[in-house]
Amino acid sequence: MAEIVKRYPPDRKRAAMLPALRLVQEILGHLPPAALEQVASKLEVSKTACAEVATFYSMLRLEPRGRYSVEVCTNVSCSLCGGEQILRHLEQKLGIHAGETTPDGRITLREVECLASCGTAPVLQLDEEFHERLTPEKVDALLATLA
Amino acid sequence: MDDRAPLPATRPATLLPPGGPAPQVERVVSRRWGTPESWTLASYERDGGYAALKKALAMKPAEVVDVVKKSNLRGRGGAGFPTGMKWSFIPKDNPKPRYLCVNADESEPGTFKDRYILDNDPHALVEGLAIAAYAIGAHTAYVYVRGEFKRQAERIDGAIREAYAKGYLGPSVAGSGYALDAHVHRGAGAYICGEETALIESLEGKRGWPRLKPPFPAVVGLFGAPTVVNNVETLANVPIILDRGAEWFAKLGTEKSGGTRLMCVSGHVKRPGVYEISMRTTLRELVMDVCGGPEDGRAVKAVIPGGSSAPVLAPNELDVACEFEALKAAGTMAGSGGVIVMDESACLVRTLWRISKFYADESCGQCTPCRDGTPWQEALLYKIESGQGTPADLETLISVATAICPFPPMGLGNTICALGDAAALPVHSFVQKFRPEFEAHIREHRCPFPDPWGATARRWGPSGETPKGWS
Repeated sequence: MAEIVKRYPPDRKRAAMLPALRLVQEILGHLPPAALEQVASKLEVSKTACAEVATFYSMLRLEPRGRYSVEVCTNVSCSLCGGEQILRHLEQKLGIHAGETTPDGRITLREVECLASCGTAPVLQLDEEFHERLTPEKVDALLATLA
Repeated sequence: MDDRAPLPATRPATLLPPGGPAPQVERVVSRRWGTPESWTLASYERDGGYAALKKALAMKPAEVVDVVKKSNLRGRGGAGFPTGMKWSFIPKDNPKPRYLCVNADESEPGTFKDRYILDNDPHALVEGLAIAAYAIGAHTAYVYVRGEFKRQAERIDGAIREAYAKGYLGPSVAGSGYALDAHVHRGAGAYICGEETALIESLEGKRGWPRLKPPFPAVVGLFGAPTVVNNVETLANVPIILDRGAEWFAKLGTEKSGGTRLMCVSGHVKRPGVYEISMRTTLRELVMDVCGGPEDGRAVKAVIPGGSSAPVLAPNELDVACEFEALKAAGTMAGSGGVIVMDESACLVRTLWRISKFYADESCGQCTPCRDGTPWQEALLYKIESGQGTPADLETLISVATAICPFPPMGLGNTICALGDAAALPVHSFVQKFRPEFEAHIREHRCPFPDPWGATARRWGPSGETPKGWS
């Protein structure tokens, strides 16, 4: 954390907010109220300042999620190549809707916006790793690799 | 499957037009893509890297700005503003420190070129940012990388570390006595942070809420200090301008914009990917010749020329050069170079609904026309697409879009930033150019397309290979 804060001017500790929240989320899996409080005190800002950031960005999570995160792009370029079908396929296969976690807490499925992978659409991110040029068969093979 | 393999091994998406009538152009930004370990310092130096930085450091900062002005380099992030002029707006007499921010928050739907630069040639960006920082007198630079780009953030971070180790960054850049620090700052998922003042707010640790302009960032930017925000592709062009001269670079382009352009083509074409093309290439040549056009037996129905914010073009409007002024004259914009192609199998109501859903999701919530108008547009379009629409809905849709931004646009619409315009212009242009399709949905009380995305025929092979006859 100290290393992150060093990148910004000493009187501008708040600038370390995003990297700090991401670091804490990486460790805890999500951002519970106590974590926000801790980041706020480290960066010398109010808890509200922290909460407004944590609720604004789509990659910051206040709630815990499954062990794996599957995020499918359904924006125009992906859907023109079958992205929407990939999402429907995953919903069917996992028995959940986008935005939900499987009952065993294994996989959280989300529908996301353009991931800048339009030339190799359709695409999904499994825990921040790109998987591109998807077909339903490739999605099945990918799911089979998850413990 | 995973994109970790070197890019050309998976698909030659980064190659130049394979012959064809499109004007050939020297590869500039993409010239090193696909060479072995192109992202390492060793490879970059072998290809003459960092010579331009040394050349710049021997000049006066104002001379560097002049060279870039003469090169006619224009911003590649969307607005196409002349880069040298942007640099010259930094006030000379402000005692505050100056900052350079690199906009690597690429999130405009249909755009994926900056990702390729970060992946394949991060040192071109590091050298470009060092030259730019020197030219504007900044001693700190931040590279704002979009949150979802994990490997790309690692690549640029690695390049910055290598540059520090070799003395191209640090207390005395290349032994010149000029000090420069560069840091990677990762976003956390917000389209709006690609807008330069939202990016600055986000870097300061706040929500990405765009600021009212003026004051412009050149005067009051990051931490209240003079700041320049430049796109990745823009800065990646800077080293070669210093290297080969402003005249050479200007000559590559057109009268008002120098250099080449990276175009990202996606959707219904046989060969999607990033292509470096001459700005004299027309959209039709790009889509039909370079990218092979849509699947055999299908015709192009609509083309979005510059990311999903750009007004759509009909098939008879494609003979326009992929250049800022020409596209502006055609009633659309060059934007970020994201070309999305739809053939006749695609439902444009569904396409527009999905575009509107995106802007409704990504509106930051600051200005009423955009915050309330974007979900309204989405809801009306969903209603029409699902067969529940009435003729009055179409009129309401246009009136909501007009409240966000009138059409044709007269400068900025009724919102602080351009996201409002970006949300309204597609609605205006789709309805204006393809009205019968909207009316058919309303008349028939259904979507007339069996497969609204026209996607079923487009299947990659089991290991992600290209379908037969596509390349």
